[in-house]
Amino acid sequence: MVEFNLPANSKVGVGKTINAANGAKRAKSFKIYRWTPDDGQNPRVDTYIVDLDKFGPMVLDAIIYIKNNIDSTLTFRRSCREGICGSCAMNIDGLNTLACLKAIEDIKGDVKIYPLPHMPVVKDLVPDLKHIYAQLASIKPWLQTQSPAPSRERLQSPEDRAKLDGLYECILCFCCSTSCPSYWWNGDRYLGPSILLQAYRWIVDSRDEMTGERLDNLEDPFRLYRCHTIMNCTKACPKGLNPAKAIAEIKKLMVQRR
Amino acid sequence: MANGSGRPLSPHLQVYKFEWTMALSITHRITGVGLAVGTLLLTWWLVAAAAGPESFARAQKFIGSGLGLLLMFGWTWALFYHLASGIRHLVWDAGYSFELKEAELGGKIVAGASLGLTILAWIIGLAVW
Repeated sequence: MVEFNLPANSKVGVGKTINAANGAKRAKSFKIYRWTPDDGQNPRVDTYIVDLDKFGPMVLDAIIYIKNNIDSTLTFRRSCREGICGSCAMNIDGLNTLACLKAIEDIKGDVKIYPLPHMPVVKDLVPDLKHIYAQLASIKPWLQTQSPAPSRERLQSPEDRAKLDGLYECILCFCCSTSCPSYWWNGDRYLGPSILLQAYRWIVDSRDEMTGERLDNLEDPFRLYRCHTIMNCTKACPKGLNPAKAIAEIKKLMVQRR
Repeated sequence: MANGSGRPLSPHLQVYKFEWTMALSITHRITGVGLAVGTLLLTWWLVAAAAGPESFARAQKFIGSGLGLLLMFGWTWALFYHLASGIRHLVWDAGYSFELKEAELGGKIVAGASLGLTILAWIIGLAVW
């Protein structure tokens, strides 16, 4: 359902401002979305003014600094700090990306940080990913075979292996799905770019023997065909992948098998 | 997405950076709806022509009025926009133009072509009128 406005309990208010820059030359404001389930209040945006010389160059460095030194209640996911785990996906300066790959100096003015858009919020910058993980499980993201297992690995030609390039690199950060207006309005039934890219990754795998069943599972007005090629997904992907193209390839296969 | 958990929904349109590709996409849908409404006017015009000279004169008068011309101009643009954008979708459906630069160029071509064709159609239309 298309709902342009946020529900009453989700409207964002103005929070506190903490100036921890102490008159530093390179001071910058970080405006960060906050919500806790504990006090029954609406979300708010807190402002932290910090000295850029105190920490590293990335947005993740800044929020780790804030958590460690200014406000330990600030909550976010992070792990690898080098763009391979996908944990620190969030909306920074209006675009979904990984906080660890986003340089602070690329952002003009205040750094605005929100959780991934149109998701239920667990706390602060942590979205609830239960639903999208269930969607991932629904496309069975593993190799499915029917033929007897060979005595060694299932082999693949270099050409067939090359078909997985641009797909296998996906780290499931969900920057793309949560950038997609179609996913915002129909995320309950539309699988969204990240899950469809995963689906295509198994559809094109020459070793997988359930291609027909995989396509059957996607032949649905909502699961696949809510993609209207808005291209936000491809713009958002911090790994430079192209979910819109993967979805188009699935649509082509649907036509070819008629 | 209703989550029934009492959890707030994170901001979406309120915070997402405006992208031209988003505007072009929603405009495709709006022009589609607009064209459907415009078809009502066309139907009225045809029915009026079949009903006789008096009702046809009434229809002609409305279409020739300032408001009528404005609506016609809007629908002309909607038609060319929807047509050009539809061809862009056809290219996508064939599996082409998915690189970001190509997709953005395609959007510019659609916007430019719709305006150019509209103006051209009106120059020809007004010259004949």
